[in-house]
Amino acid sequence: MDHKDSPMDELESSLKTHAQALLASLEQGKFGDAVQLIHELNKARDRGLYLEVGKLTRELHNSIVDFKLDPRVPHAQEISEIADATERLDYVVQMTERAANRTMDLVEQSAPMVNDLSGEARQLSVEWGRFMRREMSAESFRELAKRIELFLARSERDNGKLSANLNDILLAQDFQDLTGQVIKRVTKLVTDVESNLLKLVLMASNVDRFAGIEHDLNSIHAEREEQKQPSRGEGPQINADKREDVVAGQDDVDDLLSSLGF
Amino acid sequence: MDKNMKILIVDDFSTMRRIIKNLLRDLGFTNTAEADDGTTALPMLQSGNFDFLVTDWNMPGMTGIDLLRAVRADERLKLLPVLMVTAEAKRDQIIEAAQAGVNGYVVKPFTAQVLKEKIEKIFERVNG
Repeated sequence: MDHKDSPMDELESSLKTHAQALLASLEQGKFGDAVQLIHELNKARDRGLYLEVGKLTRELHNSIVDFKLDPRVPHAQEISEIADATERLDYVVQMTERAANRTMDLVEQSAPMVNDLSGEARQLSVEWGRFMRREMSAESFRELAKRIELFLARSERDNGKLSANLNDILLAQDFQDLTGQVIKRVTKLVTDVESNLLKLVLMASNVDRFAGIEHDLNSIHAEREEQKQPSRGEGPQINADKREDVVAGQDDVDDLLSSLGF
Repeated sequence: MDKNMKILIVDDFSTMRRIIKNLLRDLGFTNTAEADDGTTALPMLQSGNFDFLVTDWNMPGMTGIDLLRAVRADERLKLLPVLMVTAEAKRDQIIEAAQAGVNGYVVKPFTAQVLKEKIEKIFERVNG
């Protein structure tokens, strides 16, 4: 912004010159002139105000166009970038949930197979020990040989199934690539929206100056503090290792609790 | 420790409930039930003869900390062992949970080993 001919500077210099003239005309008893000067002052203030409101409106309009937020355009819901981002994040939630469930399905399917195989192997090796120590009758050995044959066939089949399950677990992690891309796009949108909002706030503050509006920041902060409810929970903490008020892991939790007498 | 004890798992995410259920089963505890927040968990606890409560903190409806307070305020439930398994990691929150009478606190992400240790420790104290 060029400071020399900014509307604010124009208003200031106009105020200064008119104020002196106003004082002079009042002292000389020229009330008609004084009223005319007050009128001039008002006009200078209004001009600046209109100019700033105009800029703000234009910028607001640009933002609405940029982010396709206008509810009047056809298919607004489909083309709005914010609505689109919300949909994308829902997609991330779905993808991650599906991957988690798919992985757990496969683990739940595989775990009993592994347990059965190792249980049967343990039993067979006990029997095999008896055979090696010549504690086994020929009849029992024939039975054992049959069990070993079945076990070998089964372990080959189950191991094939297990290895396929492991592969599927690996593939179930492919969501990371897709959700990563989606989240990056949404992050960019949030950054864009933030810088646009910041621009709007700066413009609105110019309007405030012309209109002589002042905000009580302290009371706004106090109100916001009051709205915070620690018992609602805050979710996972980012950069926990760099913050004093947050534990960095389970060891910190255990230390804290034991310092409290747990 | 009684492996047949009845355990209620409370978390708003079904995947997390499933993970905890699987880990508990691996530790030999198969008698489990699930609820998705404090509002549904409390009536289950009041009518269900549960021996142990595992709860998240941040949930819609009634949060885990409010559920813990409700349990401690209930004449029949006040001695129920409660383990909090949560992503809430602020020191103030852990102190708040301790003051509300939690028996153990596990921060997410956690391992099967940590969960096992905390459960064992809780029942050592309860039985000791």
